[in-house]
Amino acid sequence: MAELGVKETVAPVVSSGRADRRRRLWRRFRRRPLPMVGLVLVVAFLLLALVGPLVTPDPSLQDYNATLAPPSPAHPLGADDLGRDVLARIASGAQISLQAGVLSTLLAMVIGIPIGLVAGYYRRWLDPVVMRMVDVVLAFPFLVFAVGLAAIIGPSLRGVVFALGFAQLPAVIRITRGEVLAVREMDYVMAAVADGAGDGHILFRYILPNCANPLIVQATVAIPTAIIGEATLSFLGLGVQPPTPSWGVMLTIAQQYLDQAPWLAIWPGVMIALATLGFNLLGDGLRDVFDPRSAR
Amino acid sequence: MIWFVLRRAGSALIVMFVASVLIFLGIRALPGDPAVVMAGEEATPAVVAAIREEYGLDRPLPAQYVTYVGQTLTGNLGRSTQDGLPVSEILLQRLPVTLELAALAMLVAIVIGVLAGIIAAVRRGRLPDYLATGFGLAGLSIPHFWLGLLGILLFAVTLRWLPASGYVPFSEDPGGNLLRMLMPSLVLGAGFAAVLMRQTRSAMLGALSSDYVRTARSKGLPESAVVGVHALRNSLTTVVTVLGLQLGALISGAVVTEQIFVIPGFGKLTVDAVLTRNYPVIQAVVLVTVAGYVLVNLLVDIAYAFLNPRVRLSGGTDG
Repeated sequence: MAELGVKETVAPVVSSGRADRRRRLWRRFRRRPLPMVGLVLVVAFLLLALVGPLVTPDPSLQDYNATLAPPSPAHPLGADDLGRDVLARIASGAQISLQAGVLSTLLAMVIGIPIGLVAGYYRRWLDPVVMRMVDVVLAFPFLVFAVGLAAIIGPSLRGVVFALGFAQLPAVIRITRGEVLAVREMDYVMAAVADGAGDGHILFRYILPNCANPLIVQATVAIPTAIIGEATLSFLGLGVQPPTPSWGVMLTIAQQYLDQAPWLAIWPGVMIALATLGFNLLGDGLRDVFDPRSAR
Repeated sequence: MIWFVLRRAGSALIVMFVASVLIFLGIRALPGDPAVVMAGEEATPAVVAAIREEYGLDRPLPAQYVTYVGQTLTGNLGRSTQDGLPVSEILLQRLPVTLELAALAMLVAIVIGVLAGIIAAVRRGRLPDYLATGFGLAGLSIPHFWLGLLGILLFAVTLRWLPASGYVPFSEDPGGNLLRMLMPSLVLGAGFAAVLMRQTRSAMLGALSSDYVRTARSKGLPESAVVGVHALRNSLTTVVTVLGLQLGALISGAVVTEQIFVIPGFGKLTVDAVLTRNYPVIQAVVLVTVAGYVLVNLLVDIAYAFLNPRVRLSGGTDG
């Protein structure tokens, strides 16, 4: 089990404290079965999304002899109403899911981290303003963003990524700000101030690295939420548009053929559930490793 | 307490103001003439002119905003571009359907989630705990709409026990209404049951190892009283908080559930409006959703302060 996924590639660098620490964390992580299952699921999902589309047939190729065909050697997971190979569409769908999950999370981080940093650092005059704005954003349910964006720019993957990214912003800002508030009182920050370091230097050299762990954990929460969000919006017709094979779009089609081809409804759902479960388990494990106090 | 409520209500009003400005500007940010957007693409020039007149669309933006707020507050939300019915009438017809679905789903979630959480905490580390924890993880990872499809596949297509979709008003046929609402509310409630179960379990574990529970036990109270009265009461604040935090998810869950089971509620109205570019309806559903969301969050905050005096004394729930 432990051989799967990332191996201990950290070379024994001369007295590097960081490499040492990383190895210790990895050892602590490896001992737990559930997070390892999560890691395996996440790696499998990444492989499917990155390599899958290269080795499967064209997902929009229509085989009219195989419309609604059950699983067979030619179509291992069956074929849909237009005779398109379900396995190929699952692999392309993984790519869409990965894009939605990673791009929206990146978007939230790129915008949210700087805002959180300056809000926490200049807390006297900037912080109250930023936090009230965060409250306002929090007051909108995610679906309202999505509906609004779909209404204004039309349903698309781009709209999905913007809506999901925007919905994640408050969490990123709050986490970064919270860490800044805690770290800025540390002695080494005081020492840097006494040393004459500028604000920018302190923020990016001393404070930002300390925010990394909680933000990594946040990403493992945000990515599966975004994967489900993309599938949901695409299922409703507000996200990725056919013929692009998103898992949500595939389930929309499946609903029309539930009595003739029930397997069409099984695979995309299983994939969504496994990908989400993988990130959730991995996130739980990382949280325990980074913060042993929270381990139960 | 009064000050706390007033302050919360004040910030809720600010949020509503910002929301109304965003919705107002959103419609006007669309490419094209806003009067045509509001009238629908097939409207006659006379209708477009009437709309321009009614909303004062040839006047400056601040004046338009005042008109918009005034009309909204008096219940004039415009007319649907699909059938010309007043939007307010459509909302009154659709909202009760969704409220019924949401209430039933919450009932399912509270009964299953809180009970499973208590059992998992009391039987910690044994089979019931593992079953409940596994259910919790599955509930977090399985999207509503897939659960709905699986439910239709099993109970409607294969077993033929329940209807696959459809809706009858409660007033016409109470039995048929509940029968058709059974699967949707189970599907929508299951995900929240999972969240509630996880939170109840960890709150109960905290409570069960606390001093006051040890005191209750040492007084010789029966275990059922210790768990059911002392530990549970202190875990209930968690339940209230989670319900508030999950409200946004409940709204999007209801939209999806209505779409799957073809229930003519508020959620289906929302999706149909976006797909047909029915902007007056989109504008109204977004406003109503935000208003409902802000109102429930306000009530949750007040309930929370009521249950937990520390909140109102320290002046807020921000942490």
